[in-house]
Amino acid sequence: MKFKLQEHMLVPKHEILSKEEAEELLKILGVRKEQLPKMKADDPIAKEIGAKPGDIVKITRKSLTAGESVFYRLVI
Amino acid sequence: MKKVDYDSIINQYPFPPSVKEEIKAELEKNNVNKTNAKKIVEKCYQAYLANLMEPGEAAGIVAAQSIGEPGTQMTMRTFHYAGVAEINVTLGLPRLIEILDVRKNPSTPMMTIRLLPEYAQDREKAREVANRIEATYVRDVADIEVDIRRLTIIIRPDTRVLERKGLSAEDLKNKISKVLKTEVEESEDGSFVAQIAEPSYKTLMTAFEKLKDTVIMGIKEIKRVIIRKEDDEYVLYTEGSNLKKIMKVKGVDFTRTTTNNIYEIYEVLGIEAARNAIIKEALDTLEEQGLEVDPRHIMLVADVMTADGELRQIGRHGVAGEKQSILARAAFEMTVNNLLDAAVKGEVDYLKGITENIIVGQPIKLGTGDVELVLKLGGRK
Repeated sequence: MKFKLQEHMLVPKHEILSKEEAEELLKILGVRKEQLPKMKADDPIAKEIGAKPGDIVKITRKSLTAGESVFYRLVI
Repeated sequence: MKKVDYDSIINQYPFPPSVKEEIKAELEKNNVNKTNAKKIVEKCYQAYLANLMEPGEAAGIVAAQSIGEPGTQMTMRTFHYAGVAEINVTLGLPRLIEILDVRKNPSTPMMTIRLLPEYAQDREKAREVANRIEATYVRDVADIEVDIRRLTIIIRPDTRVLERKGLSAEDLKNKISKVLKTEVEESEDGSFVAQIAEPSYKTLMTAFEKLKDTVIMGIKEIKRVIIRKEDDEYVLYTEGSNLKKIMKVKGVDFTRTTTNNIYEIYEVLGIEAARNAIIKEALDTLEEQGLEVDPRHIMLVADVMTADGELRQIGRHGVAGEKQSILARAAFEMTVNNLLDAAVKGEVDYLKGITENIIVGQPIKLGTGDVELVLKLGGRK
């Protein structure tokens, strides 16, 4: 049986940001890439979506307080 | 009365989704007209801004106090049975410490396995999956004896148990010969006789011990499986945990199967799932003790623990132990070791954190202390 790890209820939605999106994000947040929280390149989800070191991953979490919240991680 | 489009009013403000929904529900309940709705939403936005955390606020200290205080009321040592099922799980303070320390092997690993629809409705089918998961040893399905005179091992299969586990005598025979690496002969009364290769008493006994602990079916780590009916489906609870193997078992709904071993979740499902698991486990532990802690504090802790892409414990080997400042580390734990190591390496303390500035007696960069005023010369234009 084949399944995606991303379908597990504990795993929120992960998306890779395009280069333009990433640049815009860093401009809005006013930080350098390295200041973002990290995520390992050999993380099972990073492997599944094919994220490479240097990519920024957008994570849409279901939050207990805000309903939905967006988080970013830099793949290292 | 004409229906007012509340969404378009609310969406003009950057509320989080849950707040948006709450306002909308309240407006709809009272059937507010458009001009009033605008005023209400504006007021809500002001209240929202007033309740936001201020920049420079010591969020971590507030979180530490908010978890620490209820923690003092937790039972020091509790072993409890989870619900009706007689599975022993660590709860209370020991469990909370386990979560924050990111133990690789928690003292009582446990899994909650949900089944695919076609298996979840039928007790027999659920039993079938449970059999596939639960570790069955050779000693569970057969009597094992050693014949010292002939230097053989005699295995008498219990046909009733074998049948209940859905195994055949043939399976057992093959497994035995594979483990002992010898031929297994079947005698008239249905028992198996295994002749060991090297005829010595010592090898006979090691082979005997090995055979006793051989798993012929199921997953080694899963010591016990309990089937329970929850709402309208059967759920399996296990003692012991192995997420990686369980997700490949037929009949298991992997997407809804979890374990209380956070490190295992991190390895199989990644850092974000681990963060969710930390929040869930910590909140459940606190709630079980009748303590209410705002999830925001736990979320902050979970964020710090997962910020580096790997699980870091809160403590001397993790978050606190990896601080940049030598003085902050020395003030926390293992003072002499930290100072000595720093001296040997020739480290420099830049006095950028809180603890080190308190130690040297300087104002700290926190709250209002974090703000510096700059005077722009030249006056107003």
